[in-house]
Amino acid sequence: MAEYILEMHDITKQFPGVKALSDVNFKVEKGEIHCLIGENGAGKSTLMKVLSGVYPYGEYEGDIVYEGKVQQFNKISDSVDAGIAIIYQELALFPDLSVYENIYIGNEVKNGGVINWNQTIVKAKKMLNKVNLKVNPEVLIKDLGVGKQQLVEIAKALSKNVKLLILDEPTAALNEDDSENLLQLIKELKKQGITCIMISHKLKEVVAIADKATVLRDGQTICTLDAKKGEMEERTIIKHMVGREINDIYPKRPEKNIGDKVLELRHWSAYDPQLGRSVVKKADLHLRKGEIIGIAGLMGSGRTELALSIFGNPKNYKLYGELILEGDQKKFNHTGEAIKAGVAYVTEDRKGNGLFLIQNITNNVSAAKLTGIAKNGVINDNEEIRVAEHYKNSLHIKASSIEQLVGKLSGGNQQKVSLGKWLFVGPKVLILDEPTRGIDVGAKFEIYTVMNTLIEQGLSIIMISSELGEVLGMSDRVYVMADGKIKGELSADEADQEKIMELATQ
Amino acid sequence: MKFVNEASTLIKDNIRDYGMYIALFVIMLTFNILTDGLFMSSRNISNLFDSAGYIAVLAVGMTLVIVIRHIDLSVGYVAGFLGAIAAILLMHYGIPVYVVIPMILLFGIAIGSLNGFLIAQLGIPAFVASLAGMLIFRGALLQVTEGTGTIIIQNNTFNALGNGFIPSIAKVNDLHLLSLIVGLLGIAIYIYSEIKTRRDKQKYNFDVVSPSIFMLKLVFVSAIIGYVTWVLAGYNGFSWTMMIVLAVVMIYHFITTKTVLGRQIYAVGSNPEAAHLSGINVKKVTYIVMASMSMLAALSGILYTARLQSATTTAGMLFELDAIAAAYVGGVSSAGGVGKVTGAIIGAVVMASLTNGMNLLGVGISYQYMIRGGVLAGAVIFDVLTRKKGK
Repeated sequence: MAEYILEMHDITKQFPGVKALSDVNFKVEKGEIHCLIGENGAGKSTLMKVLSGVYPYGEYEGDIVYEGKVQQFNKISDSVDAGIAIIYQELALFPDLSVYENIYIGNEVKNGGVINWNQTIVKAKKMLNKVNLKVNPEVLIKDLGVGKQQLVEIAKALSKNVKLLILDEPTAALNEDDSENLLQLIKELKKQGITCIMISHKLKEVVAIADKATVLRDGQTICTLDAKKGEMEERTIIKHMVGREINDIYPKRPEKNIGDKVLELRHWSAYDPQLGRSVVKKADLHLRKGEIIGIAGLMGSGRTELALSIFGNPKNYKLYGELILEGDQKKFNHTGEAIKAGVAYVTEDRKGNGLFLIQNITNNVSAAKLTGIAKNGVINDNEEIRVAEHYKNSLHIKASSIEQLVGKLSGGNQQKVSLGKWLFVGPKVLILDEPTRGIDVGAKFEIYTVMNTLIEQGLSIIMISSELGEVLGMSDRVYVMADGKIKGELSADEADQEKIMELATQ
Repeated sequence: MKFVNEASTLIKDNIRDYGMYIALFVIMLTFNILTDGLFMSSRNISNLFDSAGYIAVLAVGMTLVIVIRHIDLSVGYVAGFLGAIAAILLMHYGIPVYVVIPMILLFGIAIGSLNGFLIAQLGIPAFVASLAGMLIFRGALLQVTEGTGTIIIQNNTFNALGNGFIPSIAKVNDLHLLSLIVGLLGIAIYIYSEIKTRRDKQKYNFDVVSPSIFMLKLVFVSAIIGYVTWVLAGYNGFSWTMMIVLAVVMIYHFITTKTVLGRQIYAVGSNPEAAHLSGINVKKVTYIVMASMSMLAALSGILYTARLQSATTTAGMLFELDAIAAAYVGGVSSAGGVGKVTGAIIGAVVMASLTNGMNLLGVGISYQYMIRGGVLAGAVIFDVLTRKKGK
């Protein structure tokens, strides 16, 4: 009988309106590397948040048995004290502090309440040795690459006598050498008796490193695969990941009338100077008139970055390659130029950077094309109202009037306001980033219907989506991205869930 | 009964907008009672408005700066410095006043563009950039007034901007005729625009208030404009300062509510990222707002210098804080995207009324500061609480 360090029994976690986890069972043996796998929104992160006390005891149902005892973590520090450490994809380091300060922050080496810095440095060096990181502990974090920062995070966890280390997509932001290094380190830690849970989208890594893998789907445990029994195979994992039937209903596509190339990218790369790495790598892609292309891929695969690099480059990436719009090579210096040229982008984060929540529907709809309702810089109120009424009616926005504040609308109606705002611009290419995230089925259907009407009118749509059903149900062609690269192009006929997931997890 | 219900829900729903009007009304009424009517006398009201003028124009600009989530601490000494430059140009170089005023305003725009460059282009926090400006212009003011000390201005046209009144044409029953005409014109424009807005709204089947409430509002506001006009006409009528402030308010009200630029300013304020993704040039908007702020600081400097009829070495001290206080009392929100030009003016009048009324009552200066601080804190607390309720 194997000895389990962690057993999570029948964990159920409700959010208002959604069941994020239902009766999840998850068991980890002492000293193994256990991967947690699933699509975006499958519940992996939620499960780890339950475990680490982000969602305190009482906010979920079920039991956490850790080291043989039922635990009741009320806050994160409780789980840390018990020897559980999580390292998130977005590292929780202080860029302007040194390596040794970061390792011992919150866990300072003290003599009678006063920090002993010399002792701290000596101890930090030991920890850095453990993770095979050869840097001067006095170097500032911001001067290290992401790969080394990752190792500092692990060193920090080790300094707290971690027994169970949880890594959330540790290699997502790393290049191949750094990834290889990290995986090697995880194996070494295993030899030292540290148990490791790793969330990963890269199935090659999973197969290479994991002793076991548990697949989650739609908030439920699907299965646990064991490498010793020879169950650890990419194809098997993918099958379990996507196994759901597509029972969402998509409106019938109108007669296809696909024309010439509207947009083309050739060897298109985007380098993000802030992250210090390329977020889009040599992408080749084209879009024809009257066509919907789907861009699939997992979190962090560079889909949104690709969209932004086309849409006037608001994040100031360094761009390489060619962008050809209706036969002319273009270079946009500002989102305004992209909009004028006929590119529109409906953001995935409508509340964060899509809408003006404290303004009403009227002002939101007109915001991207104020010149369209103004003469010599003076706004024609009547014209603006006419436009807003038009979109309220044609998109069926449910609101008491167009004077209602957008912040008070439901998610689906907010998304329709967003859509209205961008349709008013009169685009040729409409980029939709996660167009149906967080909205109900009825509103989804309405948005799909609008998309079909638009392509009938000769628009072209790029749809970025994490929902495979949506990608398959709506697209004429599908591009699959992973790690900033376009890993493959599938026609509507050849695309299926397994093929997409296979490309997305390369 | 229905009428009372509608009125009370109307006030509840719009408490944030109406709050400061009610506060102003209460403050004025209180002082008037405490001073046996001295507060609302023609002479005092005229004096109060004039003394609020140079802060009011700053508050208008500051409101827009705060709407786009920045701040400008340099405005006080920019006003002081440019006022001194105006005095020097007039008195030492003998440049005609009609040339000096536009020159000073252009200087203001240049200074503001520099602020805009620091904030929008280089990304320096507005607080720091304008703090540096505050120190620099304080030094510059001392530098230009070093040799001469206070510069007395002997130019009647210039001084009239701070002390003079519009000509009366004729007196009717001892009342200032032109001022009466201006007041009546104001009432007419107000009633016309209210009726037009109501018609437009009805055309689109929007909710409008019931006719009785609408009439009441028209009568009430008209009565206030009429009363103020009548009070002022009993003394010297409208001053040039008041006319200038009114013009500034009308122009800025128009820009903020009716133009593309105005929309862009509020868009940038309410969500800069969304504004950028909507194709709005956030940098350009920042430039324009900062330049407008310093231009208004120049105007404030002109009004203040003209009012004192001289440029002094300490002119402009703490103007920026008075302007910021007026803007906040007037309902601007530091979270950005919220704040009206008309509110800024009310805020300036509230703060000026407090000073004026307490002076009349002989309240000590130490208490005056504490009370004004309390009112400022109260206004912001009120704003925060009503905002929470709104959610």
